[in-house]
This record gives sequence, structure tokens and C-alpha cells, in this order.
Amino acid sequence: MRHFIIVGISTIIASVLLYMGLSAAHLMPVAASAQAVPIDWMWNLILIVMSFFFSLIVVPIGYSLIVFRRRRGETGDGAHFEGNTTLELFWTAIPLLIVVSFSVIGARNLAQTLARNPQAPVIKVTGLQWSWRFEYPADPATGLVVVSDQLHIPVGEQVLLRMTSSDVIHSFWVPEFRVKQDLVPGRFTELTITPTEVGSYKVRCAELCGTKHYSMENPVIIQSQEDYDTWLAGELEKAKLAASSPEGFGQLLVQQNGCTACHSLTGGTIVGPTWLGLFGSQVELSDGSAVTADDAFISESITNPQAKIVKGFESVQMVQYTFTPDELAAIVAYIKTIK
Amino acid sequence: MKNNTLGRAFLLLVIAGAVGYGIGLGIDFAIRGELKLTASVPSAFALLFGFTAFFFGLYGYRGITRGLVFQVAGTVIGAVLVTGIRALMGLESVGAFLFTEPAWVFGALVGVISFFFGVGVMTDWVKWARGIDTPDHHEDEPGWQKYFGVSLDHKVIGIQYTVTALFLLAVGGTFALIFRTELAASGLDFLTLNLDVFNQNGPQLYNTLMSLHGMIMIVSILLGISGIMNYVVPLLVGAHDMAFPRMNAFAFWVAVPASVLLLLALILGGFDTGWTGYPPLSSRAPLGVQMFFLGVFTAGWSSILGALNVIATVVRMRAKGMTAMRMPILVWASVATSIIALTATQLIGLSFQLVMFQRLFGMGFFDPGKGGNPVLFQHLFWFYSHPAVYVFVLPGLGVISELLPVFVRKPLFGYRWVAMSSLGIALVGFVVWAHHMFTSGMNEYLRVPFMYSTMLVAVPTGVKFFSWVATIWGGKIETPTPMLFVLGSIVVFLLGGVTGPPNAMVALDLHLHDTYWVVGHFHDTIFGGFVFPFFAAIYYWFPKATGRKMNEFWGKVHFWLMTPSFFALTLGMMFIGLRGMRRRIVDYDPALGFDGAHLFLTVCAFLIAISILIFFINFFRSIKHGEPATGNAWNSRSPEWQVPSPMPAHNYEVPFEVVGEPYDYGLPGSKFVEFAAKTAGKH
Repeated sequence: MRHFIIVGISTIIASVLLYMGLSAAHLMPVAASAQAVPIDWMWNLILIVMSFFFSLIVVPIGYSLIVFRRRRGETGDGAHFEGNTTLELFWTAIPLLIVVSFSVIGARNLAQTLARNPQAPVIKVTGLQWSWRFEYPADPATGLVVVSDQLHIPVGEQVLLRMTSSDVIHSFWVPEFRVKQDLVPGRFTELTITPTEVGSYKVRCAELCGTKHYSMENPVIIQSQEDYDTWLAGELEKAKLAASSPEGFGQLLVQQNGCTACHSLTGGTIVGPTWLGLFGSQVELSDGSAVTADDAFISESITNPQAKIVKGFESVQMVQYTFTPDELAAIVAYIKTIK
Repeated sequence: MKNNTLGRAFLLLVIAGAVGYGIGLGIDFAIRGELKLTASVPSAFALLFGFTAFFFGLYGYRGITRGLVFQVAGTVIGAVLVTGIRALMGLESVGAFLFTEPAWVFGALVGVISFFFGVGVMTDWVKWARGIDTPDHHEDEPGWQKYFGVSLDHKVIGIQYTVTALFLLAVGGTFALIFRTELAASGLDFLTLNLDVFNQNGPQLYNTLMSLHGMIMIVSILLGISGIMNYVVPLLVGAHDMAFPRMNAFAFWVAVPASVLLLLALILGGFDTGWTGYPPLSSRAPLGVQMFFLGVFTAGWSSILGALNVIATVVRMRAKGMTAMRMPILVWASVATSIIALTATQLIGLSFQLVMFQRLFGMGFFDPGKGGNPVLFQHLFWFYSHPAVYVFVLPGLGVISELLPVFVRKPLFGYRWVAMSSLGIALVGFVVWAHHMFTSGMNEYLRVPFMYSTMLVAVPTGVKFFSWVATIWGGKIETPTPMLFVLGSIVVFLLGGVTGPPNAMVALDLHLHDTYWVVGHFHDTIFGGFVFPFFAAIYYWFPKATGRKMNEFWGKVHFWLMTPSFFALTLGMMFIGLRGMRRRIVDYDPALGFDGAHLFLTVCAFLIAISILIFFINFFRSIKHGEPATGNAWNSRSPEWQVPSPMPAHNYEVPFEVVGEPYDYGLPGSKFVEFAAKTAGKH
């Protein structure tokens, strides 16, 4: 009986200390969204349960190893008891009760995390190897759409991200917002987020998506409504301006499609060939032939990248892009300016 | 094994490797028009030639050597055949890796089948088909040679499985050390974008090594549990062999060409999909992914046939008096694990096969452009791959329950509950798969029932833990090396256990999914549920197989070096995972401040590697130089320890009868088994 009392008290002390230690360690990153609140609440609850059950097993085992160890010169076996049905029923039923209650709590917790305002503005998100593209609601006055590789959200406003992928599966994750959702080609998935802290974060792709998965990180800027409006107005202005010259339009398209994640503008290889001094140069192909990088070659390389593969890039597969002829011409016009 | 034999084998390995490399380089030069030392073809030739020559030096042109020669020849013949047909049809006939993808896939398939004929595992079946009788037993040659050819003895096959598992453990571990080193500091340190090895740049090579680390370890685990089950189950139930000895041999030898294919995947362009191989990524990956798919597909047969054999053996071949509730607990665990392996493995083979067909024939199963659904693959894949983790851990948990009573000298607490909890885990394990898919875009509300079913696994697992604690309580605890590993298993598996429920809670999993938290969590479950018990089992049954004990001192060094390093490793992984470290990335944002943590994790990984190296040296040295232990080395009640070690060729010379409970330690005068009196003239 003395043994049981000592172990019982030690288990409780160990659970409390373990829980206090774990919660003092601040294991989660800063919480910057309304969705993080129920999730962190659940994490705290789970920490209590984890601390208790870990102690409940480890403390009696540790105690037994000290008290019931075979001492020098001792022979013979341990006490002979084969089991106790009441005890077994007890430690089946209690965890079952805990599991059932956690299931109920977990379902409610999920509902809180997914709580949605049906009027929330929609931002279209596209994942592509290896960048992100964000399409903002159309400007009511001009009908122009701002497309950016940055996600800007006014603080405190709930937005609905309507997401898809143009190639393989990606996953939208900002650790400070907690929630995560895959982007699946051929369909739309949705994620609701309500940022609560001004700051700059990063969306980090959480589903393995190929060679440069590790660097598929784009800025996420949470700002005050005024700052957001200023930014959006600036972007609209840029879009208007760009629409007036082919080079400017091309640059905008390049930025929106994340081309420079793979193609450097300053020389050197990121993943694909650099665009520095590309136009008009002689390009050696994988089959040994050479070709001049003219309008036709660059256009074809964008819309059908596998048709002519530049020597040394056989193992890299670029996505096939679809552009209108105007857009293509604008991109080529922009590439011409990179000398 | 004579030292000069081993020396000759290594010499041949080097020479043949160099010759193969040279030939490959020549062929590659002919295609490419330039000399490239890090190209795929030379290394593929070096690997195949080197391996084959090594076994030739060791064993001559028979058994495994002949199998490998047949596999290489079969691969070439199959590939040339397809290449010829393609050339006649006017299709592209030369690829970046010498052959085109269809030629490689067909060649690899022919190669695997050829291996079976070469190694000789089909011989008896072919003879039967032609109406020729063969003896029931084949006498094995004495000494170490029998391990390199086809043997029908379950003990030989068990050791073949175990040693192959250890080899793959070393390979998979080496891959981990390579990428762990890259991760020690942020930035691309040596796996850079300019690197060009096997047609892969640094990040691509990282992805390949990381993916193969996963799958090679999984195959290693499957072979490891087959090793334990093959060696021990027939001994525990009192059978003279497994129910189907030829199928048993076949199931083992399937794993050898499968392992060759997995290694070829690294060389033939690699693949960047992770072990999960999700399309569309896998439908665009380089050629390596096909070798990976085919390797896994082939290894799956081993699992299925092995499981069938275990079930048949336990159902039909138990000793007199061994009722279901008197079976040693490891037998229960083996049956539970075999039920899963027999019925779920098909799904991973099928899902990979569908992607293979998608690539080869343009079928659109998972291609949204053709009306396919990428998420469907994930359902098919996880329908096996979640139960698979119970395949990995149930035998390990069985080993814990089997060995605990021996070392605490007390009966296993609540035998029936522990036995039934294995079946409980196995059955619940079938309905939890979608908890890997909480962020996948599957139906939002379907996530809730999967949360419920997943949480339910905690109940039978809890029964095991509580029963172990009650078994230890009040015993007379001894702590030789096997017991240390058993205790290590319990605590490590517990850590894996308590870090599981957070992943089951859907909302919390939205944060945890695909982070290092998950990596830390599942390494805990697999080390606690398989690696620690596997080592415990090896230290424990080593005297039974060899008649010698492994060195206790070095066993303890192994334990005390590995255990703290491992705790530090996984706790560190979980910590940075919570704070934003994603899985499967070759580089991380320095702004996250993880550099110090990653350096620490890398040091831990190397300490674990050193401890495993110590184990390997101890293992091979003890075969010859270990302390002799021909009797009941651990003072166990189990039948296999009532006869001398090493175990005689056909197990028990006289059959035994079960006369008591398996774990009645501390009950004076009780016995588990009683051997029949030896009668003259009867064998």
C-alpha cells in the first residue's frame, strides 16, 4: 500500500511539473489569426492529457526499476499474480470515456476553427512550381484585377481563400495562422483566415512539390486597413500603367506567374536557364543542335517547354503555361529588355 | 567464414565495380557524346557488377550470385526486346538512361522474374509441374554457406531476413546521415543547385535520398518483422517448420531483387515524391520513380506471402495442448500483424501500379485533365499505409510482452487483454486511414468520423501499457541488454503514443500536418514499436541461433548511447516542427532561427549511427567469439529454451505438449511445456 501512495503522489507531482514545464516553453509560434485561438486552446488541453499519461506510465516503471530491482545475491521469482479483470475493465473504460469526450470536444473545436462569414471577400490563390499567385477581388470602378505574388490582408478582416494548383499538389500554411489546406489541381479548396496581428509573415508550401519545394515561400503582409488600401491602389495603378506598354505588361505577367523563382534576371542558374542576355543569343540544345533565341523560340519554350530542351536542363521539367498571343508577345518584349 | 574468402569477395567487388563502371561510361559516352563521371549508367553498371561479383567471391556461381546474374541478364533482355519493338514501330528507342522508360520498366519486371529462376527458388515447383518428385526436406550445407542460397529451413530464412533487414537499415541510415548533414546549417551546403549526380541537382538528390530513406526503412522493417516471426513463431508453437516452406523461401527471395530495384531508383534519375508517391508529382517524376514503384510492388509479395504462411502455421501446426489462450503472446501479435499484411498490402501495390500505368500508357486515373482524381490515390495509398504502421509495431509490442515476464520473473499481467488488444489495434487500424488526409481537400465533415476512429486506437494501446506497468510492478527485475531494450521500447513508444492524439484532433492537425512534429512523432512510434524491440529480440534470441551470447558490455554501450541521443533527436524534431519547420525540405529559412537546433539534431543522428555501428561489430564478432550459451540463456519457460542451442536443424527432436500457462513465473512447480519421453526407434 505504501508503494501505491508514493507512486500516486509522485505521478501527480510529475504530471504537474511536466505540464508547467511544457507550457512555460511556449512551444507554439506567435498566434496571429482568429483560427489560432481554438487551436491553441486545444493544444493546451492536449498538453495536460499528454503530461498526465506520460507520467502515469513512466513514474511507476521508474519506481519499480528502483524498488523492485533484483538485489545482489537475491534469487527466486516475483509475486505470482496473473491479472485483475476489474482493473483491466477500469483502464479500458476510463480511456474510452476520455476518448469519447475528446471526440466531442474536437468536433466542436473544428467547427470553431472553420467558422465562416459568408460575406467575406474572396482571394483566389494559385500554387505553382514554385511560387504563389494571389488574385484580389476586382476593382468595382475599373473592373481591373490585381494579381500579386504577395498576400496582403487587412488586419481583423476575414478572407476566404479559394485555392487551386496549376501543376502538382501544394499546401498553404502560415505557421502563425496555424491552419493548413492543400491545393489540388483540377478542383478548388477553401480556407478561411482572419489575421489578428499586423506584421509580415510567410506562406510556406507544406506539401512536397518537387525540386524547389523548400523555397516555395512568399510574403504575407497583414496591415491596417489604410495601409492595405494604399497598397491596393498602388497595385491598381501599376496594373493600369502596365497595360499601356507591352514591356510593362510582360513584367507584370512574369511577376504574377512567379517565373523568376526559376529563371534568374542577373545571370546564373536557379533552376532553369537565366534570362540575362537571352534574346538573340545562340542556345545549345540537348540534342546537340543550336538555335537562336528569337521570338518564336522563346514563345514556344513558354507554351511547350519540352519541345526544345536547353543543354544541361534535361532533368528539369517546366510547367506548360497558357497565355493569349498578346500576353506571350508582352512577355517576350519584357525578356528583350533584360540585357 | 574465412577471412581470405571475405577479402577475395571485396577484391572482386572493387574490380567488377570498376569494370562495370568503365563499360557503363563507354556506353554513356556513345550516347551522350561526352564523358560524364557522375552520370547514371556507369554507376548502375558498377552497382550490379560489383554486387554480383561480391557474392561470386563469397559463394561461387550459385544461389544469390546466380540470381543476380539472371536479374541483370533478364533486365537487359527485357529492355532490349521493348527497345527493338519501339524501334520497329518508329518510336523513340534511346532514353537519357540508355533505355527508354517502358523498356526499363519491362526489363526490370523480367529481371525480377528471372532472379527467382536464377536463385533456384522455383526449382521444386518447376519439377513438380513436370511430374518429378522432390524430397520434403532439403538438407542444408553446414556453416555459413547455406545463408546465400535457397534454404527451406525457417530458421535459416529467419536469419536471412534479419541480416537483409540489418543491411537495409544501414543503407537507409546512411542516406539519412547524408541529408541530415546537409540540414545542419541553413543554405544549400553541398547539395547545391550546380551539383549533377545521377542526373539530379542537389535538391533533387536530397528529395531522392529522403524518399528512399523512408521506403528502404519500411522494407527493412517488413523484413525485420518477418525475420523475428520466421525464426521464432514455429519454435514457439512447436512446429518443425513453417506450413509452406517453399513459399517461405520464395517470400524471402522476392525481397532481394526488390531491394536492388530500390537502389537502382537512386541511380536512374531518382524521384522527388517522398515515399508516398502522390500524383501528379509522381506522374511527372524522373525514371527513378518507376523503379521505386516496381521495387515496392515486388517487396509487397514478400509481405503478403509471409503473412499467409504465419497464419497457416499458427492455425494448423500448434503443439498438443496449445489452445488459443495458451499461445505465447508474440504468436498472437504475429497473427494480428499478418492479418493486416495479408489483406491491406495489395492496396499500396495497386495504387503504385495505377500510377505506373498512368505514366506508361497515358491512363488518367489520377490526372484531373482526364477526369481523374488525385485525392483518390491518397485514399488507396493510406488504406494500406496506415495499417502498415501497425504491421511494423505489433510484432515489436509482442516482443515486449514476450520478454517482460522473463526479466521481471512474473506472469504477464492480463494475458487475455494483451492478446485481444493486438487484434483490437489491427481491426481499428483499418478504419483510420484518412487521418493522414485532414488537409487534403477530402470532404470536410468526413474528417470528424476519422478523428473518432483514430482516437479509439488509444484504448487498446493503453491496455497494453497499463498491463506492462502492472507486469513490472512487484517483480524481481533484472536488466541485461535485451531487457534494457524492452524498457527503452516502452518509454519511446509511449512518447510516440502520447504525441499521437494531437494529430488526431482535426483542428490541431491543421497546424501539425506535414511538419517536423509529425516526423518526430512517427520516428518515436517506429523506434519504440520496432527498432528497440528488434534489437531486444536480436540480443535475446542470438544465443538460440548461434549458441553464443552477444557481448553484454558493448550491448549496454549500444543502448546507453542510442537511447538518450534518440530522445534528444525526436524531441528536437517535434520542437522545431511546432515552430514552423516543414517536412521534406532541403533548406530552411534562416529567419526561423533553426540553425542551432538542426546542428544539434545532426549530432544526435551521428551518435545514433555510432551506436548502431557498435551493434554491428558486436553482432558479427559474437558469432564466433561470443560467450558460449548453449543452455537456457535467460532462464525462460518458453519451449525453445528447453532444448540446447543452437537449435537443431529440424527443431524439436521429440514433440512437446503444453501443460500449463506460458508465463507462470513465480508459481512453484509449474511448467509451460513437457517433452514426451524419447522412445527408441522413433525420431
